[in-house]
Amino acid sequence: MSLTPAELTSSVTGGIGTSPQRPDGNLKVRGEFAYASDLWHEDMIWGSTLRSPHPYARIVSIDLTEALEVPGVYAVLTHEDVPGANLYGLEHKDQPVLAVDVVRYQGEAVALVGADHPETATRAMKRIKVEYEVLEPVVDMETAADDTPLHPGGNLVRHVPIRRGGQAPTADVVVTGRYEVGMQDQAFLGPESGLAVPAEDGGVDLYIATQWLHVDQGQVASALGMPLDKVRLTLSGVGGAFGGREDLSMQVHACMLALHTRKPVKMVYNREESFYGHVHRHPAVLHYEHGATNDGKLVYVKARIFLDGGAYASSTGAVVANAATLGVGPYEVDNVTIDCYGVYTNNPPCGAMRGFGAVQAGFAYESQMDKLADALGMDPVDVRIANAMTEGSVMPTGQVVDSAAPVAQLLKLVKDKPLPPVSTTLDLRSMPGGVSNTTHGEGVVRGIGYAVGIKNVCFSEGYDDYSTARVRVQVINGELVALAHTAACEVGQGLVTIMQQIVRTELGVQRVTILPMDTSIGNGGSTSASRQTYVTGGAVKAACAAVRDKLAKLAGGRDLSEVDLVELLGDDVVDETVEWRHRATEPLDPETGQGNAHVQYGFAAHRAVVDVDVELGLVKVVELDCAQDVGNALNPQAVLGQIQGGSAQGLGLAVMEEIQTSGGKVRNPSFTDYLIPTVLDMPPMSIDVLELADPNAPYGVRGVGEPPTISSTPAIVAAIRAATGLALTRVPVRPEHITGT
Amino acid sequence: MTGMRLTVNGVDREIDVDPSTLLVHAIREQVGLTGTHVGCLTGDCGACTVVLDGRTAKSCSVLALSADGSAVETVESLADGDELHPVQRAFWDGFAFQCGFCLPGMLLTAKELLDSTPEPDDAQILAAINGNLCRCTGYNTIVSAVRQASGCARTCAKETPCQES
Repeated sequence: MSLTPAELTSSVTGGIGTSPQRPDGNLKVRGEFAYASDLWHEDMIWGSTLRSPHPYARIVSIDLTEALEVPGVYAVLTHEDVPGANLYGLEHKDQPVLAVDVVRYQGEAVALVGADHPETATRAMKRIKVEYEVLEPVVDMETAADDTPLHPGGNLVRHVPIRRGGQAPTADVVVTGRYEVGMQDQAFLGPESGLAVPAEDGGVDLYIATQWLHVDQGQVASALGMPLDKVRLTLSGVGGAFGGREDLSMQVHACMLALHTRKPVKMVYNREESFYGHVHRHPAVLHYEHGATNDGKLVYVKARIFLDGGAYASSTGAVVANAATLGVGPYEVDNVTIDCYGVYTNNPPCGAMRGFGAVQAGFAYESQMDKLADALGMDPVDVRIANAMTEGSVMPTGQVVDSAAPVAQLLKLVKDKPLPPVSTTLDLRSMPGGVSNTTHGEGVVRGIGYAVGIKNVCFSEGYDDYSTARVRVQVINGELVALAHTAACEVGQGLVTIMQQIVRTELGVQRVTILPMDTSIGNGGSTSASRQTYVTGGAVKAACAAVRDKLAKLAGGRDLSEVDLVELLGDDVVDETVEWRHRATEPLDPETGQGNAHVQYGFAAHRAVVDVDVELGLVKVVELDCAQDVGNALNPQAVLGQIQGGSAQGLGLAVMEEIQTSGGKVRNPSFTDYLIPTVLDMPPMSIDVLELADPNAPYGVRGVGEPPTISSTPAIVAAIRAATGLALTRVPVRPEHITGT
Repeated sequence: MTGMRLTVNGVDREIDVDPSTLLVHAIREQVGLTGTHVGCLTGDCGACTVVLDGRTAKSCSVLALSADGSAVETVESLADGDELHPVQRAFWDGFAFQCGFCLPGMLLTAKELLDSTPEPDDAQILAAINGNLCRCTGYNTIVSAVRQASGCARTCAKETPCQES
């Protein structure tokens, strides 16, 4: 069985602006695409992780004796076996590879077992004796900063203040609100998996489903106490990500077991372990105050935002910055006072998830805009349009929005769409409650809601954000072939398709092979923040330009379009590697939150139509329409897929999805109890795509993946409010919030 | 370990399993066909769907031994050599997947629907794939692909492969 996905050579053609199929699609529909969980190696053994049952406890002792006696067990490892640094993390090195003397969340890794079969490993894990002294967990994000310190520096991970304009403004109309966002899970369908193979040079080769190979490599090498070149990562097939694979899961664990046993080690999480094995979306509590004139112009916004980072920091710092800097939404406001706090608690660790930080703020500021419209007696779309930012508007950070910001246009597009007819049939499947037969139409009220959102694209705050691409052209069997190689992770979004399209457009070569993504080439950056088409797309475009320059030299000044490249190249190979950066950003001023911190902004608007059974609190989303500016749709079909998929995840947060915790313990770690939208929950979408090119970006592109996840949730909740007249300040909205029972 | 027989994609297999082995693990590890995926182990996501004695079943919720003597068809059985089944072609052409982890269930369920109901209406499509989760697409393209495949199944004879759209 192959260790890596087959090289991806497309049999279809198409440059940018067309919608060629995915090159990995043939293998995927045949069931032959190798996901990480499909990896196999001769002589491999299986790794398992013993996790803490307590959200907060001191480890008194660990006794491995009986576990080591189980036949078929090759190794049982603890923190004492971590060869290098035991602490890792994306922003702060605060998370132990294996717990030392304390566990800070339920599910924290304590020990590892390597065995001949997963069930042997499970039996051995049950024989590891860990004595815990259970401690009182810190679980309230609003008071955590003043509670028992869980880390040496206390429980405040980051505070971002924003101060712009007057700090004591007055307004004709003031609306206030307190909002809550529950903990959402990425719920990618393919659970975490990886295979570590010990190498003859003493290093290790790791085949892994991840979002960022090089940051994994750095963290694994540090934990193993090895130089980077001894730790080589190759991307295996990824079954979705959505932020949940940006942190390490079993990367170090599998390598430790492989190096210890000198055997290939496979680790696969099941769904329950997956819930404990990756970070989630930060739950949030958001206090807002909006002041406006009598004609609906915003005078000021004040907010205090709390984000629960859980036991370890992960990317909490970036989430805090996004919630703060995007905290007023896509509106012009002269006077802004925001304080955004990310804190440690003993809840599950939280980090990246699609729209990170912007999703939480978006629910609150859009709820406030509806409340303001209500207080003013204005139409909710009109009050938004009255305050909509445009190109040239100034953000609360002082940054000027220097490319298209068609906020009013997006709102008008969704508002002007025809409305779906009220169902006149008694088809239960179209009713709230569906075939549960809870209503035949009685008690059902329709509501319509709107929302618009803003998201930063790429990495911000002065981060050196770049990608590396290598493009090679050569003649194979008389045909000109291009190969493109990066370390940028394809997680399902379709980067491999976009890379092929760019190479075809730039070089005119039809046969384009995408090489497996690995760490033998430079950093591709993270598959997150809607950045890969922008940054890795930019790198591939630049590498193609370098190849074209070389070809032009070979052609001795002749116009390349008139040269037979097969003849020109002969047995020669042109092979260029380019590191490409987007324009630099600046850190935020730590006192005022001012600074040109973001690269680009993306915008989307939604209109939601819902039917609510107001007696039982059941909601049916009837239609969810979207308008989004994408700068330039390099693959229009793939763009629609991002908008539809992102909107569906926003629908999940609006009415169903929440990791429920109690005293720090997860109550619903399964797909039986953590519900994600099915085809019956997700309505048809009508989508308008604007292409207002950003002159700063390659091909004018604007990041696509996250904006639809921001505005989908508040639009649906606004529609439920319209149907019920309730305030509904928390997502997900549950039946009892509607019925009051 | 207990010996059992299974006909997988038309091939008779004899495998040894533990009494507790799930059918999905037997297919993936003993038979060696990994197109059938493990998504949740609770029968919720449908990524482990196979056709068991002529009907779709979630193979994470079937003990392997209880399928002794049964015929199993997996996603790998859909294509006929180089020629994709119309549902495979429609899903690929129609951007009806991104990561693709849900595909074994989506494709086999869609095929089962079209085999029994060659021209399903949308309500029948929704009812059929309601037991299969997809986290990437938001389902709109999946419904369209099944619709497209039904048109394809009506118009394409086996000898005249579908044209790429």
